[in-house]
Amino acid sequence: MEILLLNQISPDQVVLLQWGFLRITATLLYTWFVMGILILGSWLITRKMSSDVHASRWQNLLEEVVSTIRNQIQEIIHDDPGDYLSFIGTLFLFIGLSNLLLIVPGYVSPTASLTTTSALAICVFIAVPLYGITKQGIVHYLKEYFQPTFIFFPFHIMGEITRTLALAVRLFGNMMSHDKVIAILLAVTPLFFPIIMHALGLLIGLVQAYIFAILAMVYIASATQAHEKKDGKEN
Amino acid sequence: MDSVTLIAMASILTAGLTMAIGSIAPALGEGKAAQNALSAIAQQPDERSSITRTLFVSLAMIESIAIYCFVISMILIFANPFWEHVITQGG
Repeated sequence: MEILLLNQISPDQVVLLQWGFLRITATLLYTWFVMGILILGSWLITRKMSSDVHASRWQNLLEEVVSTIRNQIQEIIHDDPGDYLSFIGTLFLFIGLSNLLLIVPGYVSPTASLTTTSALAICVFIAVPLYGITKQGIVHYLKEYFQPTFIFFPFHIMGEITRTLALAVRLFGNMMSHDKVIAILLAVTPLFFPIIMHALGLLIGLVQAYIFAILAMVYIASATQAHEKKDGKEN
Repeated sequence: MDSVTLIAMASILTAGLTMAIGSIAPALGEGKAAQNALSAIAQQPDERSSITRTLFVSLAMIESIAIYCFVISMILIFANPFWEHVITQGG
């Protein structure tokens, strides 16, 4: 079953259901699919948690995932990861799962469309000032934009916007290119090479999810900790 | 030569050139970054995890330039706006 044709650049162009101005595209359907798996899975696993030594194997899996994410965040910010865990963890799990499901036939990763990745990048774009303001206050946060002098204000703004764009286009480009490479290889060497590229695609998908989450964390850390660092140096 | 042929020719040529020229610099940059990271890990194996993380982040940053080129060439081939504009005008 081939859902995405070679000449369609993103799953947005696959319209499954048109109902007035409401349009259910393949992107939307698969986003719901991934969300459903994540929500249902976490609900089912956390429903009967036990603090016993003999926890269920699914609970062990979730504990391992959460503690790994916590450790990774802690290595970046050298602080308690509690505030950031939900946001960064959600980003990583959503992107990672939607990239890993690539091996399911007929599935097109929602991250292979620019709309999904833009939405995720805009989430990061909004989260950075939110965390920055809650951590160090609105005055200190806004002061960062005028460092070292007020001439740099437009450059800071430009940097914020371009890095959001880069975040979106990077994920989209990587996942879309993988789809296209598989489709082209299927036409050229049908049997063996597409499988190897699929295996490589799993690795690329996880690395991209990791990079997206790490970059989001680095951006947030630079907004929340710039002030504290300077204090540390002066003391 | 009508404008559809011209646009098709220019798009295909430009897409190829974009990938060919645009991937040179990121390839060199990624090679240099990986080389330095490897020698840093060889000198300080204890700092392996933080070096690897920084390497991944910087590789992603460098690679995004190549990805931009790729996205532009894909748009030129598969979703060319000028092409569609001319076709809707003509048809």
